[in-house]
Amino acid sequence: MTTLQPSAATGPRPAGPPARRARRSWTGWGFIGPFVLVFALVFLAPLGYSIYLSLFRTQLIGGTTFVGLDNYQQALQDSQFWGGVGRVGLFLLIQVPIMLGLALLIALALDSGRLYGKDFFRISVFLPYAVPAVVASLMWGFIYGTRFGLVGDINDAFGVKLPDPLSSDLILASIGNIVTWEFVGYNMLIFYAALRVVPHSLYEAAEIDGAGQWRVISAIKLPAIRGALVIATIFSIIGSFQLFNEPAILQKLAPNAITTDYTPNYYTYSLSFSGQQHNYSATVAIVMGVITMIVAYVVQLRGMRKGA
Amino acid sequence: MTGLSTTTAASRPAAPPKSPAPRLRAPRRHTPGRPKRSVLLTVLTVVVLLYSLVPLLWLLISATKTQQGLAGSFGLWFDGDFALWDNITQTFTYQDGVFGRWLLNTLLYVVVGAGGATFLAVLGGYALAKFPFPGKRAVFAVVIGAVAVPTTALAVPTFLMFSKIGLTDTPWAVIIPSLISPFGLYLMWVFAVEAIPTELMEAARIDGAGEVRTFFQVALPLLAPGTVTVLLFTTVATWNNYFLPLIMLKDPDWYPLTVGLDAWNKQAYAAGGEVVFNLVITGSLITIVPLIAAFLLLQKYWQSGLAAGSVKE
Repeated sequence: MTTLQPSAATGPRPAGPPARRARRSWTGWGFIGPFVLVFALVFLAPLGYSIYLSLFRTQLIGGTTFVGLDNYQQALQDSQFWGGVGRVGLFLLIQVPIMLGLALLIALALDSGRLYGKDFFRISVFLPYAVPAVVASLMWGFIYGTRFGLVGDINDAFGVKLPDPLSSDLILASIGNIVTWEFVGYNMLIFYAALRVVPHSLYEAAEIDGAGQWRVISAIKLPAIRGALVIATIFSIIGSFQLFNEPAILQKLAPNAITTDYTPNYYTYSLSFSGQQHNYSATVAIVMGVITMIVAYVVQLRGMRKGA
Repeated sequence: MTGLSTTTAASRPAAPPKSPAPRLRAPRRHTPGRPKRSVLLTVLTVVVLLYSLVPLLWLLISATKTQQGLAGSFGLWFDGDFALWDNITQTFTYQDGVFGRWLLNTLLYVVVGAGGATFLAVLGGYALAKFPFPGKRAVFAVVIGAVAVPTTALAVPTFLMFSKIGLTDTPWAVIIPSLISPFGLYLMWVFAVEAIPTELMEAARIDGAGEVRTFFQVALPLLAPGTVTVLLFTTVATWNNYFLPLIMLKDPDWYPLTVGLDAWNKQAYAAGGEVVFNLVITGSLITIVPLIAAFLLLQKYWQSGLAAGSVKE
């Protein structure tokens, strides 16, 4: 996923006489049309509708009224919302570097050719990706449990008292562990696929120049897969900001640690489906979407500029 | 998200994009100067291996235990009586066999949703890769930009829209939003650029084949590895989907496995609800087995498809 040919996007191909190209020019729409149609229905229409919703407010008395940007003003001062943003922000700063760092280390180890049982290893680490977030959360939730989970077993077996992973101090780290477990293999595979296509001759040249392994990694491999690194980072940022499944499922196991405004998405969900505040819920979702896009965009700009 | 189209070819000459086919079967490295295997590195990676597999092992072992056995025995070893078959039977018969219904629902959502998403992505990727058409750049920009929009941000308005037209609480509410996979479109586009030589399409046209026929008989077979990859990833996304069905469906008869399992789990915390952790665990195991089997069996295809997505020199 490192590069794309710019010509594919810009269009005109050198081949073929112009008259013929013009005649065919709408043919492409026949193929992309279905996608665009459904895309408009499930992406653009809801997006437009949620912007529309965010400008209104529904009250018991007075019904639905146009309130302009009032909802946005409310969201910007909403401490429940910002509490959630703070949590996913913290999550992002700690979990994403750990997960991507681990994924990169494994990918480099695989690519180095110095491992025994490389193929088995690669597929095994990837397998958790196939496990639904619901199952992963239930499973880890049970494992975390001090009653019949592994944590409880270890406590009994060694007569120790491990800190409870479901307590409010540790719950964010526990969620981070679940997400890391789910996605480390997936990211590893993205990095590994990018590493495999680095021309081998470059390593040989570096070796002849007397470069060590670390030098090869920092001077050749990492720059070569920068595109994959940036994309994985952006996807992870989006994923972190959207955090919902894991806390929502663990909520029953840790009702005191996980509140219904634990993450911005959870808050949106609670507002809409427990509180019936659809207008405000849409507003919160939009604000969160804008924050996500800004952060993703900044990361992309920085990531692509570095030494490029 | 123009990052997707920015090159990192610092070390490579910007090759003209006209060399289509040969790159696909990734140029395997030659092996003469193969580095020595390292025991230390292997040991370190085994730690990661254990991290990945031990929870799955726990799930497998726990699925063989009764409700009492779960609480009374060590998590990573078997309990006295082996209750796996009994648990599986109970899972499929509990609450009049609703689990089987959830399994069929999930299959329906996957076949129609993921299958449809893959089909749309293949068509669209082919169009982006092989046809110049008006508005192409706009289509690409909007779709890639949409990747950054949190899908959950769209869920609430989609729910409200669907409930206005009476689609909520029907399978369509889950299937229609599953039909779009921007990542799938992107992957198919990158794949199609290289997999289908334009000359071949020209040849088919000269032979009098229409566009539809050219697509099905010339392009589609060449796109197979990419298609399998996209199909697997959209299958995972649909099979594992939780948020969307959670908000769209009220009637347990339409639940997919994920929402159903969560409901069984929550039962234990509701007043007067029956505790069925052994069924939640066995049901979880049954839920993940088909996907893991698919990934293992189709390894060759999706790994080459994924690699091709990143083969760009």
